Amino acid sequence: MNRTLRLFTNVGTWLITVAITLLGLAALTFFIGRVVPIDPVIAIVGEKASQSVYDRVYLELGLDKPLWMQFWEYVTKLLRGDFGTSYSTSRPVLQDLLDYFPATLELSTLGLFIGVVLGVPMGVASAYWHEKWPDHLMRIVGLIGYSVPIFWLALVALFVFYRQLGWVSGPGQVDVFFTGIVTHVTGSILIDSAMQGHWDVFWNAVSHMILPALLLGYYSLAYISRMTRSVMLDQLSREYVLTARLKGASEFRAVAGHALRNAAIPLVTVIALSYGGLLEGSVLVETIFSWPGIGNYIYSSLFAADMNAVLGGTLLVGVVFVFLNMLSDVLYRLLDPRSRELSR
Amino acid sequence: MSTTDLVDDPRRAVRAARWAEFKRFARRFLRNPLGVVGLVIVILLLFVAAFAPWLATHDPYLPNLAARLSAPSAEFWLGADELGRDIYSRLVHGSRLTLLIVALVIVTSAPVGLIVGAVSGTVGGWVDVVFMRITDVFLAVPKLLLALAFVAALGPGIVNAALAITLTAWPPYARLARAEALVVRNSDYVNAVRLAGASEFRIIVFHVIPMCLSSVIVRMTFDMAGIILTAAGLGFIGLGAQPPLPEWGAMISTGRKFIFDQWWIATVPGAAIFIVSLGFNLLGDALRDLLDPHLRQRN
Repeated sequence: MNRTLRLFTNVGTWLITVAITLLGLAALTFFIGRVVPIDPVIAIVGEKASQSVYDRVYLELGLDKPLWMQFWEYVTKLLRGDFGTSYSTSRPVLQDLLDYFPATLELSTLGLFIGVVLGVPMGVASAYWHEKWPDHLMRIVGLIGYSVPIFWLALVALFVFYRQLGWVSGPGQVDVFFTGIVTHVTGSILIDSAMQGHWDVFWNAVSHMILPALLLGYYSLAYISRMTRSVMLDQLSREYVLTARLKGASEFRAVAGHALRNAAIPLVTVIALSYGGLLEGSVLVETIFSWPGIGNYIYSSLFAADMNAVLGGTLLVGVVFVFLNMLSDVLYRLLDPRSRELSR
Repeated sequence: MSTTDLVDDPRRAVRAARWAEFKRFARRFLRNPLGVVGLVIVILLLFVAAFAPWLATHDPYLPNLAARLSAPSAEFWLGADELGRDIYSRLVHGSRLTLLIVALVIVTSAPVGLIVGAVSGTVGGWVDVVFMRITDVFLAVPKLLLALAFVAALGPGIVNAALAITLTAWPPYARLARAEALVVRNSDYVNAVRLAGASEFRIIVFHVIPMCLSSVIVRMTFDMAGIILTAAGLGFIGLGAQPPLPEWGAMISTGRKFIFDQWWIATVPGAAIFIVSLGFNLLGDALRDLLDPHLRQRN
């Protein structure tokens, strides 16, 4: 009885924390949209609008009401899924976002996959051969990943692998020849084309996607391999690893079976966080590869002075961020028996 | 200098001790080759920024349409851009803009974070709860997107870009300073000054904040690389420094159109950004290894 009660209060405080964070996020976008511009009406109607147009928009925006009431209306609208209307596409922003989001998700998921598959073994190798040449090599690879402007690397990669070597396809999701063949079901081009049996489109999309995905993979690899290294260094120095070795476990078993298993728990958090980072990193990469995702949507909205769309996109990525943080929290608790003990 | 001198003049003794401490620190720093490389890069950047007008071979703003898009040569060391301006000279002048943005962000975000964190940790109670909730909200939002939306609302420009980056850069400092302040808050010497009648304000400013400084400085060195990259990203999108300013990110964005045929226009400024942020990262790594005792054995 007591235990369930405590569980409920735990879940309760946790939910309240998430709610406050989301509310704070809404407050931030509200602040940016309504308070930062000197005159939000002029931002919409332009300098030359007549007084009657100005007044109408002024009232439509509810600027005559006190700020807290405006904020309240803003939040209730958001809760109803009303992100406002995009001035450039004249569709509800939420609908636009839902159209563009799957492409971003597809690209960053692929990037994360590459980052984990390469980054974790790199980090483990780096920790295993601590201060030997593999470690130095991996540290340099990671450091370059931290220091390089990703949009520049994308341009250089495009120049080398598309223009000079011709190994991959250029910007865009598929060749012009293939556009419009696949009907929009999930929004992910790979899944849609495979489901509908258009394998030529599938492979074309792969050749378009491979370069941006590798770039995003490298971007997350830098962080993942560095964190893996530091966690593994900690684990490998523990006595249970020594015990395993003394009992005759093979090196592979001691490292992969014992140390990595324990390192996996903090790594889940790291991976969830870098997923969030990738969603953001894809903004710059998408603009270069003309990838029809949320980053490109925000980018083109910026130049149409379409603040509703920009803020809606920011809000959506922010919400995904918060949920990824939550997810990593939950996974941590599920995977680590010690934190379960403590919360009881 | 004999021992009696030191006893007679305590001030000089303190100075001598500080000097010895600095020498020990410098010796340990010099043992880390990568850190030295980072330091050299940063010093080089400062040097180039200081003497930009003398190092440049051309006027960074003067168009020369005859030399439009010309390849690297003896006349244009790193080629010329779409208006025939010398890329090398623009690069040299652009180093000042890079430093300006970094300086603007650091002098605003670090103190804000430091004060929020120190007050939060020292005062505690509901002040702590409120401040930390606000910090968490800022930590939970995607940084680049927040900066982007903020500049979009404020209007593009170098100062606005710096402001936007500040908005996203202060929370880690607040967290850091709070963690330090929590330790210091109940230490004996703080209790002693509190008993002696020092106000909370005095305790925070003279006794808590100085204790947070060293970890904040390490964090700052690391942050500079991130700030440079974010600023370049904003410049690339077109929200940072406006043309004709030779900001490196903006230079990449103008060179983007020519990437397939005149690759040097976009690649050269990108390489500059890369080298400078690598320098700050290397320096930050080395400083952390030196100043952070927890990490010293592991890394």
